[in-house]
Amino acid sequence: MSDKILRGKAHIFGDNIDTDAIIPARYMVTSDPAELAKHVMEDADPDFAKNAKKGDVIVAKKNFGCGSSREHAPVAIKAAGISCVIAKSYARIFYRNCFNMGLAIFESADAPDKIRPGDEITVDMNTGEITNVTKNEKYMAAPIPPFMQQLIEAGGLMASVQKKMGLVSPSGK
Amino acid sequence: MKMTITERILADHAGLESVKPGQLVNCKVDIALANDITAPISIKEFRRIGAKKVFDKERVVFVADHFAPNKDIESAMQVKMVRDFSAEFGITNFYDAGTMGVEHTLLPEKGLVGPGDLVIGADSHTCTYGALGAFASGVGSTDLAAAMITGEAWYRVPETMLFNLKGKPRKWVGGKDVILYIIGKIGVDGALYKAMEYTGDMIGHLTQDDRFTICNMAIEAGAKNGIFTADAVTKEYVNGRFKREAKYYASDPGANYSEKFDINADDIELMVAFPHLPSNTRGISKVGEVKIDQVVIGSCTNGRYSDLKVTAEILRGKKVAKGVRLIVIPATPLIYKQAMNAGLFDVFMDANAVVSTPTCGPCLGGHMGILAEGEKALSTTNRNFVGRMGHRKSEIYLAGPAVAAATAIAGKICSPEDVL
Ligand code: SF4
Repeated sequence: MSDKILRGKAHIFGDNIDTDAIIPARYMVTSDPAELAKHVMEDADPDFAKNAKKGDVIVAKKNFGCGSSREHAPVAIKAAGISCVIAKSYARIFYRNCFNMGLAIFESADAPDKIRPGDEITVDMNTGEITNVTKNEKYMAAPIPPFMQQLIEAGGLMASVQKKMGLVSPSGK
Repeated sequence: MKMTITERILADHAGLESVKPGQLVNCKVDIALANDITAPISIKEFRRIGAKKVFDKERVVFVADHFAPNKDIESAMQVKMVRDFSAEFGITNFYDAGTMGVEHTLLPEKGLVGPGDLVIGADSHTCTYGALGAFASGVGSTDLAAAMITGEAWYRVPETMLFNLKGKPRKWVGGKDVILYIIGKIGVDGALYKAMEYTGDMIGHLTQDDRFTICNMAIEAGAKNGIFTADAVTKEYVNGRFKREAKYYASDPGANYSEKFDINADDIELMVAFPHLPSNTRGISKVGEVKIDQVVIGSCTNGRYSDLKVTAEILRGKKVAKGVRLIVIPATPLIYKQAMNAGLFDVFMDANAVVSTPTCGPCLGGHMGILAEGEKALSTTNRNFVGRMGHRKSEIYLAGPAVAAATAIAGKICSPEDVL
């Protein structure tokens, strides 16, 4: 895994933030990340896309990403420059999609209750340690399961499929 | 080792003697499905890594149902991408306008999925097929792309929750009421990552359609899959329809369950889910006065022939209340034709309802019935999240077809008993 430290301001959301709130279906006539990013979280907070800065962190309570299977949801969050999501729990398809899309997500029991809007947050990708710089507090995120770590190290699901099937990208990428 | 039906199907498809919850397994898939929203992303991934063929031309299924018949230029481009890909790679099961229906109603109807199958679908309601005794679960487009190429997918074997359904449902009560009642009890994350297995004597009173509706909404409780064991009703549904050989699995006596629930028919009224969560349920007797602007009857949850029949039974000889729009959407061309030939369209149109061609349409706020600011809809679909059907200040109430039809007549949420 990378030894990256993520850093940004916290945006707080509640329980059961669904994929329709993350990216409403009315915008899914396209899968262009930049276009989707303009409407990210719109039905939960219409001003979110305007206020979110590069590196910012989404903090939510339980069952984040419930509802549809749309990958547009993690794609929109990532394209909006959000560095990671911290929540108490995630819906399963969203969870899978995040690893496939390369959006960092962390599960933490206490951080979502303690972090306040606008708090400056850092997350150590390696250890899962979350630091609230504003309040000078530390919280822990659950470690990423080994199988998921392997997927990330292999460069994601498609990279592992490509290797397994002996495929070569047309552009040579 | 004693296993649940979900564990048995996963073990067999992974080529293993046995599996247990928490284990990660790589499984062969029988069918890989995507729609007009999710397939384009899978196709882009397929091409990006230089794949040359799909794992099986007959087992990759594409259905253009969400924004189709194409509602605008962007959606037309998406469907075109799927159409072109299907032609180039010889995909036999691509369903375009004319043969297209709402995917989770269409696949069982066409006999493309059946008992014992492992189905992966880039659509969250893929879990519907569990009603046939299959393991079926939704994923995102990238997982689907991997399955399209390799014919395989990885899963974490889920814990299973057992729901013992007891007794005979009251009049008008159907699959939708049963599942709304259960979700109201356990919550929208009550079955997170788990399998929801159904057993008990109530099943004998549930039609195959009721069971599809119940499994359809497993995802609304956060579940990985919902599942029934195939019985005589399922066998009758499958016979002469399912194109491959059915494999009948069942849970072993003494299999391990993470939780067990008793669900009594006596406790289940006609149910309504209030905005903005499917778990926000109330029995019809506790709904109070809720005026409605639009009623939608359709979708992969309740757009089947039996749903239209119930609707017509209540609507016959009556009119939709003034100021209310009733939109009826048969889920597939076959259902459309059956309803038309049975004279149900006369009933609907005489009542001033709109009858639409098969499409997901308003279910996801796509087209064919979008809500304005402040409007309230009662819908037989499966999600009532903020903004799901239109303006973020609109509201959606979920119910089965009986409540929907009665509500259209009364203009406020009510039971069929109030209008008959
Ligand atoms: S009818 Fe609704 S829930 Fe079903 S597949 Fe279509 S959009 Fe999804």
